[in-house]
Amino acid sequence: MIRDLRGTGGRPQGATFLIAGLLAGLGALALWQGFALPDKGGYAGMGSGGLPKVVGAALMALSGAHVWAGLRGLGQPAPRVSPAPVLWIVAGLLAQLLLLKPLGFTLASGLLFALTAAGLGKPLRLTLPLGLVLAFAIYGVFDQILQLHLPAGWIETLVFGG
Amino acid sequence: MAMDPMILLYALIGVTLGTAVGVLPGIGPALTVALLLPVTYGLDPAGSLIMFAGIYYGGMYGGSTTSILLNTPGESASIVTALEGNKMARAGRGGPALATAAIGSFVAGLIATLALAFLAPHIVKLALIFGPREYFALMVLAFVTVSAAFGDSAIKGLTSLFVGLFLALVGIDQLTGQARLAFGVPEMLDGVEVTTLAVALFAIGEALFVAGQGAMGADKIEAVKGSVWMTRADWARSWKPWLRGTAIGFPIGAMPAGGAEIGTLLSYAAEKRLAKNPEEFGHGAIEGVAGPEAANNASAAGTLVPLLTLGLPTSATAAILLAGFQQFGLQPGPLLFVTSPQLVWGLIASLLIANVMLLVLNLPMIRLWVKLLTIPKPWLYAGILTFATLGTIGMNPSPVELAMLLVFGLMGFAMRLYGYPIAPVVVGLILGPMAESQLRRALSISQGDWTTLVSTPVSAGILFAAALALVVPMILRLRGRGEVLSRLAADED
Repeated sequence: MIRDLRGTGGRPQGATFLIAGLLAGLGALALWQGFALPDKGGYAGMGSGGLPKVVGAALMALSGAHVWAGLRGLGQPAPRVSPAPVLWIVAGLLAQLLLLKPLGFTLASGLLFALTAAGLGKPLRLTLPLGLVLAFAIYGVFDQILQLHLPAGWIETLVFGG
Repeated sequence: MAMDPMILLYALIGVTLGTAVGVLPGIGPALTVALLLPVTYGLDPAGSLIMFAGIYYGGMYGGSTTSILLNTPGESASIVTALEGNKMARAGRGGPALATAAIGSFVAGLIATLALAFLAPHIVKLALIFGPREYFALMVLAFVTVSAAFGDSAIKGLTSLFVGLFLALVGIDQLTGQARLAFGVPEMLDGVEVTTLAVALFAIGEALFVAGQGAMGADKIEAVKGSVWMTRADWARSWKPWLRGTAIGFPIGAMPAGGAEIGTLLSYAAEKRLAKNPEEFGHGAIEGVAGPEAANNASAAGTLVPLLTLGLPTSATAAILLAGFQQFGLQPGPLLFVTSPQLVWGLIASLLIANVMLLVLNLPMIRLWVKLLTIPKPWLYAGILTFATLGTIGMNPSPVELAMLLVFGLMGFAMRLYGYPIAPVVVGLILGPMAESQLRRALSISQGDWTTLVSTPVSAGILFAAALALVVPMILRLRGRGEVLSRLAADED
């Protein structure tokens, strides 16, 4: 299965350098935080800033190791990804994130279900009603019976009251 | 306590759920426990913990079913089972393969849980004399073995680990109260939730990865033909591998050596070497199913040894179990055996009962579980994501939390694409703050003298072992380039 992902030409080392850049960014952030904190090390001589400095330095070193691997051509082979289904799912998660507060759990999570299943190949006219029914059922079971507090929108307020 | 009907019910729910998620591809025990944490917040602590442990055991049973019938392991500890198990199923011997896996898991679970019960008090006695520096050394050892000792690249493992440690920095420092890397966002002062990270990396990352593979061809499920019972010859060929698998898996799980898959690899290699007819390996040798399946259950029980006695998680699932204990205000470790003995021993006793339940669930009812495999992937993953986000929403319905879920989900996707291991991130997040406070406590006691870390034979020895675990695999890889893994890959068609 892993072998299928390999061998799609392109610029195979690009990802390695990108990962190296991200690691350097995180490392810089940790180092900055480590040095910015006032030292309250006390007897230990190592305060809140100690570990951020260590982690930052390690991330910088790992970033360097990635650059080295990239230059030597030991980096990641570019994997083959079909972008459309991935984007459907990301869209579903974004929709849920944005709509949860204004529209409530049923609509937001129903949409996530619908967009995910649609992205994986089922028609939207099938996935949307199913997602809404499922999300509504989940709300009923978890919020009303199991006392898990889920955000209510107009549908939930209409059915279960305010 | 273990015979209390409510506790039995929790155990039954746990093993049933565990078997189900073990069977289903894409969700494993770590994710399931992470999802259940917010839901069980208000429930009985003992019952919930028994349920979680049941999920862990059940996942090890269920994973074999998918490996054997579908050639797609349900979780990583069952990868080796697929090698011989699927060949047996294709040859119409799926029934005996499932049976030797289930009975082997039972034998191993039983012996290993008893070993846990006998071993735990001794380790607790030992652990009571441990100070901060010994704990810090143990945690360093766990970091190294989880991230760098196994897998195909030490750099990738260490990258995952330090990303986890970076995430662990976010929030208020427990010792001084100073905020770190929170950037004034109130939600980030609490730090990154273990459940949010685990759900994002495991569920969302996996769903995106599966989606990115493109066209969904239907998988070929081998039907279970004929009897699920083993013949006399099958029994004769299975019992020794079960015992050997247990003997290999338990210590590997109990040492901070990183997850159940290592034990299964070693057990497979041992059975192949010891077999009377090694030419059968690669064409469906029952020993190659019996040994690794016993090994993965034995290491699941073994993992509970450092978790319960030292509070030290050595796998992703153990890290989530630790988060489960902490949710109920319990800190696993030697003191737990003193403060709540009935909880610890109730948990261990329940595991023995859970094992019997699992044998019943997995042998006569195997055809029912196979039906789970026929759920089409779009519905399966849409359902997984809906439930995955449900846990986070139930815990904290804020857009910031969901945004973290999305960002970490994308990170999990990228990590899968480029072959970075997931478990070290989770272990780094949960163990990072514990290691930091032990280190700072040790340095406080020594007034800032770093040589205190190697000033006792125990802590120096553990740190030396950690250094070996980092360096030796690197040398091995430079010489042989991950020989074991490449040999296994060559055995597959």
